[in-house]
Amino acid sequence: MRRISFGVALALAVLVAVGVAAAFAPWLVPDATAQDLMTGITGPGPGHPLGTDDLGRDVLQLLVAGARTAVPGALAVAAGSMLIGNLAGLAAGYHGGWVDALAMRWADLMFSLPALLVAIVVAGVLGGGYGLAIAVLVVLFAPGDTRVVRGAVLEQRHRPYVEAALLKNLSSWRIMTRHIWPNIAPVSLASAFLNFAYALVSLSSLSFLGLGVPAGSPDWGRTLADNRTQLLANPWAVIAPGLAVIATAAALNVVGDWLHERVERRGRAH
Amino acid sequence: MNGWARFALRRLAGTAAVVLLLSIGVFGLLYLAPGSVQQTLLGTRPATPATIAAIQARYHLNDPVAVQYLRWLGGVLRGDLGTSIRTGAAVSGMLGERLPLTLALTGYGTLLAALAGIPLGVLGALRRGRATDRLVVTAGVVGLSAPPFAVGLLLLVVFALGLGWFPVYGTGEGLADQVWHLTLPAAALAVGAVGLLVRFTRAALVRELEQDYVVFARARGLRAPLVLRYALRNSLVPVLTAAGLIVTGTLAGTVLVEVTFALPGLGSLLVDSVTFKDVPVVQALALLLTLLVAAVNLLVDVGYSLVDPRVRLGGAA
Repeated sequence: MRRISFGVALALAVLVAVGVAAAFAPWLVPDATAQDLMTGITGPGPGHPLGTDDLGRDVLQLLVAGARTAVPGALAVAAGSMLIGNLAGLAAGYHGGWVDALAMRWADLMFSLPALLVAIVVAGVLGGGYGLAIAVLVVLFAPGDTRVVRGAVLEQRHRPYVEAALLKNLSSWRIMTRHIWPNIAPVSLASAFLNFAYALVSLSSLSFLGLGVPAGSPDWGRTLADNRTQLLANPWAVIAPGLAVIATAAALNVVGDWLHERVERRGRAH
Repeated sequence: MNGWARFALRRLAGTAAVVLLLSIGVFGLLYLAPGSVQQTLLGTRPATPATIAAIQARYHLNDPVAVQYLRWLGGVLRGDLGTSIRTGAAVSGMLGERLPLTLALTGYGTLLAALAGIPLGVLGALRRGRATDRLVVTAGVVGLSAPPFAVGLLLLVVFALGLGWFPVYGTGEGLADQVWHLTLPAAALAVGAVGLLVRFTRAALVRELEQDYVVFARARGLRAPLVLRYALRNSLVPVLTAAGLIVTGTLAGTVLVEVTFALPGLGSLLVDSVTFKDVPVVQALALLLTLLVAAVNLLVDVGYSLVDPRVRLGGAA
């Protein structure tokens, strides 16, 4: 068991907490969205450790319920772009030639676009909301994974084990999936963590702008937007979801970087 | 110079092709919007025969789509970006009105990012592995992860409401007052770029300080500041690659910061127009954005090849 640094341990703890909140929110905070208009917006007090928002909803409960809104969408983006990136990257790196050229030109084009802005424009004009925003982000994130996987495949391509598999006359699909892929999976996973972080930030940004989740959903970005005019009445309604987004994204980035370093160190040890 | 000119020309042609390709996508936004094109262009105006006829005449909706696209592109090239559905004003005028604020905000933000990010990255590299370095790296990761709207609101809570150092909203009058009003928004915008710059600067300088020439210069007894100057000059080359990422990040950040601080710039115009489905304004902004991003990528590529000749020698890719 290798020792891990304090920072990584803290990041993992944050991710576990967010994961638990996301998985069990319906049982932990069954009536997070229950409004109490008579109470309205109040500061921290008995019964409401972080106070209430302008609809009288408990800020702490909204925070926990917000994890359930934030995580699945971002996870879908990371998983979707990982899938596309792996397929395209394997094909480009293994076959080379025009497949490679085409995939790389496509990646160059997509990579130069600001993903969040494209999502704002497309999701906004089409009015497709959350699902469409996720689809747009998958298309724009996949090129990054494609490049990473392609690079890793090129490194493996001429290793003796691949040549041995070729001599055994195995199909390219089998060589790619059964022989090469297990060796590049860690690289791809590290990249997926970074995408996860970026997707979380992008989706909460869209919700903040009113282009993501529907109104009234317990979402961190949405809660921030709804309460930003009430800073004086209860600043915690803004501080808490703001810190939640920053902490979760930072934790994902720290774990992603840590995985990346581990993969690189192992690669050098070979 | 001939080789370099050919390299620059090839890049220019590539960029032009990409912009042309993306302009088709931008034009297509009109057709992507739900409902008929005519309905989109009418907006909330009543669909009387007169207004419909006016729309038909203005946009030539009965022509084939390709012809419509070419007409639109021709108009854009002559500076005619159409009229806003929401306000009925010329789009080019609306953009012109709001451009100065966005330019000031992004310029100020980039300046703050460079002033904070590069020295912090250098500090981290020089104190590599020590507590200072770990602090710098952590701050960089947090900055990189933090969305500008959350940072902006936290800055508002602390520095405007809590300490009362800065105004909460507004753009201010007169230069000094405007700078004062724009400081918190610019800081919120800069945080992500600081994270990127810290990471790139630190990594590049760490790599450079491990080079043989640095070891040799130190062994010869060269003064530390002089050695650092040599290493720094070489390490700023890879930092240039961060410029493209910083610009795209800043463009997206501007939208969020302008909405957060209720500033009337191009970013808040984009959100308003998208929400209202004011497609001509969205198209104009998307096109402007495409041009900006393409120009920056071109400049970074060409600038990189000027600084590092190896890029263009092996520059078939």
